[in-house]
Amino acid sequence: MSLEDAVARHVHDGDVVVIEGFTHLISFAAGHEIIRQRRRELTLCRLTPDLIYDQMIAAGCAKKLVFSWAGNPGVGSLHAFRRAVEGGTLELEEYSHFGMVARFSAGAARLPFWTLRDYAGTDLPKANPRIKSVTCPYTGEALATVPALNPDVTIIHAQRADAQGNAQIWGLLGVQKEAAFASTRVIVVIEELVDERVIRSDPNRTLIPAAIVTAVVVEPWGAHPSYAQGYYDRDNDFYVGWEKISRDKGELAHYLDECVYGVKSRAEYMQQQPRLMERLKAGEQRCVGVNYGF
Amino acid sequence: MMACVAARELADGEVVFVGIGLPNLACNLARRTHAPNLVLIYESGAVGATPSRLPVSIGDPALVTGSLMVCGMADVFQLFLQNGRIEVGFLGGAQVDRRGNINTTVIGDYKKPKVRLPGSGGAAEIAIHAQRILIVSKVSPRAFPERVDFLTSPGDRVAKVITDKGVLERDAQSGELVLASLYPGVEVKDVQVGWKLRSRAQLGRVEPPSSIELQLLREVLDPQRLYLGS
Repeated sequence: MSLEDAVARHVHDGDVVVIEGFTHLISFAAGHEIIRQRRRELTLCRLTPDLIYDQMIAAGCAKKLVFSWAGNPGVGSLHAFRRAVEGGTLELEEYSHFGMVARFSAGAARLPFWTLRDYAGTDLPKANPRIKSVTCPYTGEALATVPALNPDVTIIHAQRADAQGNAQIWGLLGVQKEAAFASTRVIVVIEELVDERVIRSDPNRTLIPAAIVTAVVVEPWGAHPSYAQGYYDRDNDFYVGWEKISRDKGELAHYLDECVYGVKSRAEYMQQQPRLMERLKAGEQRCVGVNYGF
Repeated sequence: MMACVAARELADGEVVFVGIGLPNLACNLARRTHAPNLVLIYESGAVGATPSRLPVSIGDPALVTGSLMVCGMADVFQLFLQNGRIEVGFLGGAQVDRRGNINTTVIGDYKKPKVRLPGSGGAAEIAIHAQRILIVSKVSPRAFPERVDFLTSPGDRVAKVITDKGVLERDAQSGELVLASLYPGVEVKDVQVGWKLRSRAQLGRVEPPSSIELQLLREVLDPQRLYLGS
């Protein structure tokens, strides 16, 4: 299925949408497609909104943001996000990383909430009344709780999968497994389609099983300017450059016109930047083989 | 200077939760000098990382290559942090107050912020669970108010605050930050905060960076000056 079809079918106005990936494997291709299809009133959830949600907020897709750290890692601010918050046009629901991870864990296990030892002495529960507490029935200890997060749709970028959607990921794993299991629908976007035999040769590397996958999309370089371990490096220059683009509303609009609305697909986006592949292509660092025999 | 002082705070073999920015540089400097067995854990899931280049973000691919373990973030927060396995946690912040509390959320009112900052990330739980917290932050009356506008990370476990002028420590009895040592060429009056800062009876003098530390920082760890000033 094409990404255009997958978004058209499975991402609707008003949905709770998760595009996960902690620095690694963020599906910018899917975010751009959602922008192109002009989805509105979305509740966007991610630990780190990153540049992709900054772009989606700027494009008018978001009604609400559920998050735990909204910055440009190692660079500075997400300025479209800041403008929206400081101007009062974006609703926020804010946790810490552990709180967001716990919300996905509860959602994935189909529990109503998750307990964690956190937030004592902080102002976060005052800012977000959905952070509550419970008394442990065994020890009497007061523990923090966060509610389950069950998205309508979660979009995960993976290195490879078979046609059924058994998806394998290596490198940083973030909270993708929990987010996918918590979700009603799951779109898996992959660098490479492989035969089922390849998946079966290394089953420990499968993070997301086909049983929970709604759609599989092959989209090489679909995570750029994020990265895919073993395929291409993070485009740190782009992240640094985003500071200047996002600071200025006009420049940001120009970026969206040129690189998002101005192309039909990720393939066209890559054609627009012919030197990208050469600059970011990953080197070789193979692991030692594992014997699965018995 | 701040990176060197932060690096010297780390003992060989310690398990450190590494934050973004200067702490990243400090940990990698320590690993290449006096603490080769430092265990670097990043909230992104890399455990025992030995990055061959200075990671721009805490999710850099170089953290994965050659690390001892890569786990999901649920494991990082539950099995490492909440489990009590982290000895040292590094934090920074837009505001640090008299009691070592940190604000990385908003300047001004939460609902109508003057400046919206990134938020907690893992900072709230790092401050609660790491056995010892080191803060790295440039000192000024604005950045060090009597009380933070928003309390993101509690100061109870803060051991030291490494600033650009000297080092503050959290006094065990009063619970407030006091001046413990000064950098070369800095005097007590140069360290200005938003409350009446007390000094330790015996003020220490921090040794300037050694030629080895400087060479590592400038030529090996951060040749592009990502974190170091020019």
